[in-house]
Amino acid sequence: MKPKTMFEKIWEAHVVHEEAGQPSLLYIDRHLVHEVTSPQAFEGLRLTGRRVRRPDLTFATMDHNVPTTDRSIPIEDAISAQQMDTLVRNCKEFGIALFDLHSPDQGIVHVIGPELGLTLPGQTLVCGDSHTSTHGAFGALAFGIGTSEVEHVMATQCLLQDKPKTFMIEVNGQRPFGIEAKDVILSIIGRIGTDGGTGHVMEYAGETIRGLSMEERMTVCNMSIEGGARAGMIAPDEKTYDYLKGRRYVPASAGGGFAAAVERWKRLPTDVGARFDRVLRIDAATLAPQVTWGTNPGQVVSIDARVPNLSDFPDPNARKSAERALDYMGLQAGTAMTEIPIDRVFIGSCTNARIEDLRHAARFVKGRRVAPGVYAMVVPGSQRVKKQAEEEGLDRAFIEAGFDWRESGCSMCLGMNPDILKPGERCASTSNRNFEGRQGKGGRTHLVSPIMAAAAAVEGHLVDVRQYDLKNEP
Amino acid sequence: MNPFKKHTGIVTLLDLPNVDTDQIIPKQFLKRIERTGFGQFLFYDWRFIDGKKPNPEFEMNADRYRGASILVARANFGCGSSREHAPWALLDYGFRCLIAPSFADIFYNNCFKNGILPVKLSESQVETIFQRVRRTPGYTMTVDLEKKKVTSGDGLEFGFEVDDFRRHCLLNGLDDIGLTLQHEGAIRAYEARHPEAAPFPARP
Repeated sequence: MKPKTMFEKIWEAHVVHEEAGQPSLLYIDRHLVHEVTSPQAFEGLRLTGRRVRRPDLTFATMDHNVPTTDRSIPIEDAISAQQMDTLVRNCKEFGIALFDLHSPDQGIVHVIGPELGLTLPGQTLVCGDSHTSTHGAFGALAFGIGTSEVEHVMATQCLLQDKPKTFMIEVNGQRPFGIEAKDVILSIIGRIGTDGGTGHVMEYAGETIRGLSMEERMTVCNMSIEGGARAGMIAPDEKTYDYLKGRRYVPASAGGGFAAAVERWKRLPTDVGARFDRVLRIDAATLAPQVTWGTNPGQVVSIDARVPNLSDFPDPNARKSAERALDYMGLQAGTAMTEIPIDRVFIGSCTNARIEDLRHAARFVKGRRVAPGVYAMVVPGSQRVKKQAEEEGLDRAFIEAGFDWRESGCSMCLGMNPDILKPGERCASTSNRNFEGRQGKGGRTHLVSPIMAAAAAVEGHLVDVRQYDLKNEP
Repeated sequence: MNPFKKHTGIVTLLDLPNVDTDQIIPKQFLKRIERTGFGQFLFYDWRFIDGKKPNPEFEMNADRYRGASILVARANFGCGSSREHAPWALLDYGFRCLIAPSFADIFYNNCFKNGILPVKLSESQVETIFQRVRRTPGYTMTVDLEKKKVTSGDGLEFGFEVDDFRRHCLLNGLDDIGLTLQHEGAIRAYEARHPEAAPFPARP
């Protein structure tokens, strides 16, 4: 039999109907829904008299708009409140399970999906959000869709899709101390550019990827879209099965079919000899902590580098883009990245707000203080992450160091709620996009890993975490 | 959805690569629960100074581009967020056709669902259009989806490629939910044999 990639196996297992010259009709196993990209889809169903075909495979939460302050206080922003109320009404009308603002299961959709065991290997999973690629960490084919497609999945549990190409990114070598999953993916995007993966599904492989925890794998897959890819995926293994075992929506171990499911999942990984359309190999041993200098995630350098010169960009469009980015970011070419002062720090988002992210950052800030003049906040990815962090005392480490400790949501990753930068403010952020105005009009974002963000908060400027003797700290 | 067969209109320019959907429609305008009314917020942070005064440095604001319905831009247009509010805003503002060397996947897909035709031309063809538009105030072009051609009165003529199925749907203004529902039998048969599609029990 012809060797197949994991992507091909999952794709072929989900084809409902195929015809020459037409996109494939693909079955969707899980549909996750949030308040911002769903109201027009529900309205479309109402206008056409259609139902949600599989409400039992559809799950909703509210995350983009939600305030991260005290949840017992009514929401000040009337339009945000209306969007959340609309989701409550729609879920009720169409019979969809909703983890609402006051649910202990509420959180960023890409954090709670895995937490609840809604994301399983071998599945197709979609959501009206580009960071749906996160769920590929479990060996699922997971991708973001627009609102018209949200409506399509609601009505049919299927999607018409052209088969993407495959792109294998193999990372081998020992990650040096201080190099996090975020640095791995930022450096990949730096190499391929923000459109390097367009039309492709990425599979991350190699010993370095195998060595990542499930949460670190989610960080890597999460930012596949920032490299332009439809989806990113990592083959399931024992770590995946250990993570899933016992979670609410995973088949139960005792008589619920977990063992049989694991046997199925073990057949998913890419066969030896399978062909990819594109391959990139990276040596993790050569990586340094990464930080963006510009206004897209591909405009990234190592922390020990300097702000690039325009002459570094031979391509006229790349040069124009860099020129505009330097102007927006208020940076001088040649400045050492570590000399860039910051005003704000944001630890949060579907990229880096899981418990391990908070542990890494908290361990660093323990016994240290946020620099004078810096405002730093931690926004856990979900209520469950928040609760666990509080049980471990991470909240105290952050609060004692001078961080603000918030409720869960997307928050300042996209600034739809009141958490935004003021014009000109500069932020070290663990989120995924440094686009102009993303964190607030005129705000300047530097994407970094959680430990780099924590260190920047303490020093008041971007800093190379490798300068600390972290291995020997308590 | 409105069909797209052939469209003639004034061409305007956006001379930047990697225009992300956060720029096309900033997040503060995503709170509406309708599909309409987003045009006034299109490119909001670039088009306006302090949210009110038109920014004279934003090329599209010039009088000569008033009423434009074809937007020509650089590579990787529409990257980032999956928000369909981006094509809704472009359509509501009056754009029926976008031309660029490349588009981000989700955005490209979203355009077809809303009766907007995204046309991919080479970098050099796009550069040619940029030069001609800047030389000629009121420059118009015709985009013909049936013939897969972009033409202009000055003799400019570029062919383009587009997937046959997408072209067929756009030419006829087809609703693809309706098309998929014609396969109800196949969907039902699939659900009967696929373990993940078995009825999913409600959990506490």
